[in-house]
Amino acid sequence: MSTSTLRTPTPITDGRRKSINWSHPLTYFIALVFIAVSISPVLYIVLGGFRTNSQITVDPAALPAPWNLGNYFGVLTSDTFWQETGNSAIVALITTVGVVVLGLMVSFVLARYSFRGRGAMYSLFAAGLMFPITVAITPLYIMVKDLGLVNSLAGVILPQIAFALPTTVIILVPFLKAIPDEIEEAASIDGSSRIGFFLRMVIPLALPGVVTVGILAFIGSWNSYILPLFILSDQGIYTLPLGVKAFSSQYSQDTAKVLAFTSLSMLPALVFFTIFQRRIVGGLTGAVKG
Amino acid sequence: MSESLGVKTLRQQRSPEGLSVVGGGTRKVSPPTGVRSVRRARRWRQRFEIAVLTGPAIIIFLAFVIFPVALAAYYGFYRWHGYGPPIDFVGLNNYFLIFNDPAFHDVLSHNAIILVLSLVFQGPLAIILALLLNQKIRGRAVIRVLIFVPYVISEVIVGTGWSLILQTNGALNGLLQDLGLGAFKTNWLSDPHIAIWSLMFIISWKYIGFAVILFLAGLQGIPTELSEAASIDGASYWQIQRTITLPLLGPTVRIWAFLSIIGSLQLFDLVYIIWGQYVASTAGTSTMATYMVGQGRDAGNFGYGNAIAVVMFVISLTIALIYQRFLLRRDTAGVVVERRK
Repeated sequence: MSTSTLRTPTPITDGRRKSINWSHPLTYFIALVFIAVSISPVLYIVLGGFRTNSQITVDPAALPAPWNLGNYFGVLTSDTFWQETGNSAIVALITTVGVVVLGLMVSFVLARYSFRGRGAMYSLFAAGLMFPITVAITPLYIMVKDLGLVNSLAGVILPQIAFALPTTVIILVPFLKAIPDEIEEAASIDGSSRIGFFLRMVIPLALPGVVTVGILAFIGSWNSYILPLFILSDQGIYTLPLGVKAFSSQYSQDTAKVLAFTSLSMLPALVFFTIFQRRIVGGLTGAVKG
Repeated sequence: MSESLGVKTLRQQRSPEGLSVVGGGTRKVSPPTGVRSVRRARRWRQRFEIAVLTGPAIIIFLAFVIFPVALAAYYGFYRWHGYGPPIDFVGLNNYFLIFNDPAFHDVLSHNAIILVLSLVFQGPLAIILALLLNQKIRGRAVIRVLIFVPYVISEVIVGTGWSLILQTNGALNGLLQDLGLGAFKTNWLSDPHIAIWSLMFIISWKYIGFAVILFLAGLQGIPTELSEAASIDGASYWQIQRTITLPLLGPTVRIWAFLSIIGSLQLFDLVYIIWGQYVASTAGTSTMATYMVGQGRDAGNFGYGNAIAVVMFVISLTIALIYQRFLLRRDTAGVVVERRK
C-alpha cells in the first residue's frame, strides 16, 4: 500500500516497474523448467555413477540408496582413464595453441593490411565453414595414413587446427578491425614496426576474442569424435570420447561403471567452460556485432 | 611506460594537421626518388610480412581441408575399395547409383526432417528464452552456465547418456512407471515412428543452449536507448520486443539458422553413437553422413562413400549459397559499411 502511494508521483518508473514485477515470477518459472530439462539428464549420469547395477536394474530412475563410491573409485584408479585423459589434454592444448597462433596471424593480416587478394583470402577461410570434417573424412584418413601419422596424436592435431581456422578467422577479424587506426599510427610514429605493433598492442587488445576462440577450439577438440575415430585405432592412444565409447561397449552390462566413467570424462570441459563462460558471451558479442 | 609517453607527445605535435612542425616535417620535404625507393622497400616488406604471417595457416588449411575435399570429389569417380590407388574409373556411375538408391532417398528425407524441425523447434524457443534471460534477474550468470551445459558436453557423452535413459528398460520408462504412467512406456529408440522424435528432442536439448547464448550476445548489441524511449512513449514490454528487439535481432537469427542448417545436413556423431550404422536405418534416424561412413569405412565401398560425401557437400553448398544470396547479403552488406566507418 505504502509503496504504491510513494510511486504515484513518478508515473514513468511506475509503469516500468510494474511490467518487470509482472514478468519476474514467470521468468523464473520458465528459467527453472528449462534448467531442469537441461540438467536432469546430466544429473542422471552423475548420480547413476553412485549407484550399483542392481539398484539400476530394480528401479532405473531413482536416487542412489545407499551411495556407492566404488564405481568412481574404480575409474579413478584405472590406468586407461588417466591415459585417455592425458591424450585428450595433449591434443586439446596443442590444438588450441596452434589455432590461436595461426588464426591470430592470418586474422591480423586480413584485418589490417590492404593488398590485392585480401577478399579472396577471407572468402577462402570463410568457405571453410561449409567444409565440415565429415565430408572430407575418408580422404583425410588416407592422407594422414600416407603421411605415416595414423595412430599418432599429431594425425589428429593437424587436421583439427586446419578445420578450426575458419571459425577462428571469422571471430577474430572483426576484433582486430575494431582496434582504432590511431593506435597503429601512434605506434608507427613511435618507431614500432607493424610486427611490433602486432606483438605489443594487438594481442593484448584482442584478448577477449582470443580467449573466446581458444575456448571454442579447446572444447571442440576435447569433444571431437569422428576424426579420432578414423585416425586412432590403437586403444593405447585413444582420446576420451573414443574411450567412453569403447568403455560403454566393453562394459555394456556394467551400466553404473559406464555412467561413472562418462561423468568423469565430461568434467574437464565443464570446469573449463564454467571458468571462462563470461568471456565466451563477451567474445561472441563482438563477433555478432561485426 | 616511456613508450606510451613518447606516443603521446608525438601525437600532440602532430595534431594540428598539415602544419607539420617538428617531427614529420623533414620527411615530407625529402626528394621524390627517395620516397619511391622507400615506398618500394615498404611494399616488399609488407609482402614479406603477409607471406610469413599467413603462410603457415594457408598451407595447413589447404593441405588438411581443401585438398581432402578435392580428393573426395576425385575418388567419387572410381569404384574403389581402399586398397592401392583407385584405377577402376566409372565416371558418373556412382552418382547415378546414388540417385536411384532407395537407402539414400531415406537418409536424405531424414536429413530434411531434421533440418526443418531443428529450425522450427529451437528457433522460437531460443528467442523467447534469450528475451527472458536478457532481463535483469537474479542468478543470471548461473542460469547461463547451466543452460550451456548440454552444449559443452561431448556428443559421445550425450549419446551414451541418452541411450541409457531412453533404452526400453532405461530411466525414462522407469520414471513413467513410478509416476503411474506405465501406459506411455515405449521403445523410444527402436520404434521407427518414435525414434526420429527422440532424436529431435536430443538434438534440441543439446544445441538450444548455443542458440540462446548467440541470441543473448546479439541482444546485448542492441542499444537500450531504443526500448527505453519506446517505454516512455507507453509501449508495453511485448510491443517493444516485437517491434524493436526482434527486427534488430534479425541478423543474429539468420546467422544461427545458417549454422543450424549446415549442422543438420552434416549430422553424424549423435546418430552414430546412439543407434550405430545398422540400427539407425531400421529406426529411421540414419543421415547422409552415417550412410556415407557405413558405405565407406564399414563396408569398404570407398568410391561410393566419397560420392555420397560429394553429394552432401553440393547440397550444403547450394543451400548455403542461396541462403547467403537472399538472406545474409543484407547483413554482411551492413557489416561492411559499418566497418568502413
